[in-house]
Amino acid sequence: MTLAEILSSVFPRGHAVTVADGLVTGQGSLDGKPLHVIGVDGDTPLGVEGALALSAAVLDVVRTGDRAPILVAIDSDSQRMSRRDELLGLNECLAHLAKALLLADRLGHPTIGLIYGHSAAGAFIATALATRVLAALPGANPSVMDLPSVARVTKLPLEKLQEMAKSTPVFAPGLDNMVATGAVHVVLDAEKPLDGQVRELIAALPASDTRDTLGEERGGRPVAREIAERVQRQARGG
Amino acid sequence: MESLTFRHSTTKPAAGTKPMAIIGVVASGNLEVLLERVLPPDSCEIAIETAIGGYGDVWEAVVADFVARAQPGGLRISINDGGARPDTVSLRLAQGARLMEASA
Amino acid sequence: MRIVTDPGSQSWYEASARQRVAGLVDEDSFEEFLGPAERAMSPHLPLFDLPRAFDDGIVVGRAKLDGRPVLVAAQEGRFMGGAFGEIHGGKLVGLLRAAITAKPAAVLILFDTGGVRLQEANAGETAIAETMRAIADARTAGIPVIGLIGGRAGCYGGGGLIAGTCSRLAVSEQGRISVSGPEVIETNKGAEEFDSRDRALVWRTMGGKHRRLTGGADAYCADTVAAFREAAIRLIGTAPAFDLAMLEAEQARLEARVKRFGDCRDATEIWARLGVNDPDAVPAMTDAAFAETVASVTEASHDAR
Repeated sequence: MTLAEILSSVFPRGHAVTVADGLVTGQGSLDGKPLHVIGVDGDTPLGVEGALALSAAVLDVVRTGDRAPILVAIDSDSQRMSRRDELLGLNECLAHLAKALLLADRLGHPTIGLIYGHSAAGAFIATALATRVLAALPGANPSVMDLPSVARVTKLPLEKLQEMAKSTPVFAPGLDNMVATGAVHVVLDAEKPLDGQVRELIAALPASDTRDTLGEERGGRPVAREIAERVQRQARGG
Repeated sequence: MESLTFRHSTTKPAAGTKPMAIIGVVASGNLEVLLERVLPPDSCEIAIETAIGGYGDVWEAVVADFVARAQPGGLRISINDGGARPDTVSLRLAQGARLMEASA
Repeated sequence: MRIVTDPGSQSWYEASARQRVAGLVDEDSFEEFLGPAERAMSPHLPLFDLPRAFDDGIVVGRAKLDGRPVLVAAQEGRFMGGAFGEIHGGKLVGLLRAAITAKPAAVLILFDTGGVRLQEANAGETAIAETMRAIADARTAGIPVIGLIGGRAGCYGGGGLIAGTCSRLAVSEQGRISVSGPEVIETNKGAEEFDSRDRALVWRTMGGKHRRLTGGADAYCADTVAAFREAAIRLIGTAPAFDLAMLEAEQARLEARVKRFGDCRDATEIWARLGVNDPDAVPAMTDAAFAETVASVTEASHDAR
């Protein structure tokens, strides 16, 4: 689905969401209440300016105090890879965006990620992965690194990696694997209207970070939850 | 990956009372050695996981030499190897045994 | 044989994760969680025919720092580049979640990481997101999270984002903080964009001095365990809150930085605009001279993090 199709499906009565330089901001109305939207469209890499523009939009929402949800719609590249971005502190800007989303969520604005295209690495962490619940549309393609690059770094033949990817979701790119890891909570049905599906997501928000439990149940991250739990248990003892 | 395990009888228990020690790091040309005082004092066991296969004879010789010198009775020694040379292995084993000499 | 050197004078860069922890906290006060004897090792690395580590490259536990209880995590940069795998990440997430009930005086994260471990990429990436959420939760509960950066592997990729989520950061000259590493930029954009073999360029662009001068880190340490200890103790008392006012201040701070330095091609141009008299002399400056320079730069110190 394109962003325009998604927005018409979420906001059948129209919306005030705009895209500039690949950055998505604005709002629409869901059940007569505001639903804010930020995002990245068109496989755009996220650099310092983009991250700060989105964080500004999030903080504007928090300042209204309307406790309305924020939809984070993502079809991005990875972080913008440049000398200038790193010189200007891209790590701070991306972390700031993630912190703004985390704060908004804490202050009563439920954050719902919606990945409908690509996203990778730092851009993925600062946007879609910084939400309370992350949904995906079929055809979305989140990844950390594509298999040919993994083959280069790990010095393993691409054919072997492709074979391994079938049984080992922990390293392979793609939506199914991110679902198995628990990073993506749910895949929406593109054939049905999205407003109802977004409403259901908001109504059934998990109270805490359940991604490691999902990863354990789905088999894509078999031990993370248990490891974190064991550390917490030992920290409680003694 | 190749797994090797060597069991030896020892004439005396390893010195000290420290229950556990770890030395080294798993990196190229390096290894980590975990020592645990969990076996009867007249035996020791050295278990190795190595990324470089086919050097069982070398490991056997290095381990036998270490056991003869250190008499690490009671120790279970576990090694994760990133492809260390025999002299590095001997050094880490000796360093590990020395750490165990401390009192608990 | 007894080691007679003072552990505090040891080089942070050269030390292992375990040596850093031992020298950082009060003597013999460290108690490890999920230590090496529990053999919580990666279930995935054997598929790639790669050796595992008993601690999966991260040491976590509790200790005392200057008499006060702290939780500590230390990454081992020499094992798989200190990268986040499933267990590695799970240990850090567990430690940060434990802080909410344990209520330590601080959580200390000793970064030494290239980012996500590619062999476990999806697990590592997700763990980074979980870590950032757990840090936000800990900070909201009033627990400072202090990052210490000066290891061999630097603080790259998702590690850079986690660092940006911490309350305070201490960095040494060797401590590089960045999202894309030099090799990643060069591979994707060419050597004209970033020549990763130009070490001086790497230090200028992402090294500790640049980060400290521009306010990307809050303390600059000599490369010793003792200096990081002193910085950690000092930073705990100055941790900013995690609230709207702080994030608004950070928004303004970062926007001002991009506006003011957005056209700079090199760090030396930024340092000149910050009022540093002889920017070309910064890389070779002694720690003492650099501390004086930092003191004259108002942008270097702030509560907007």
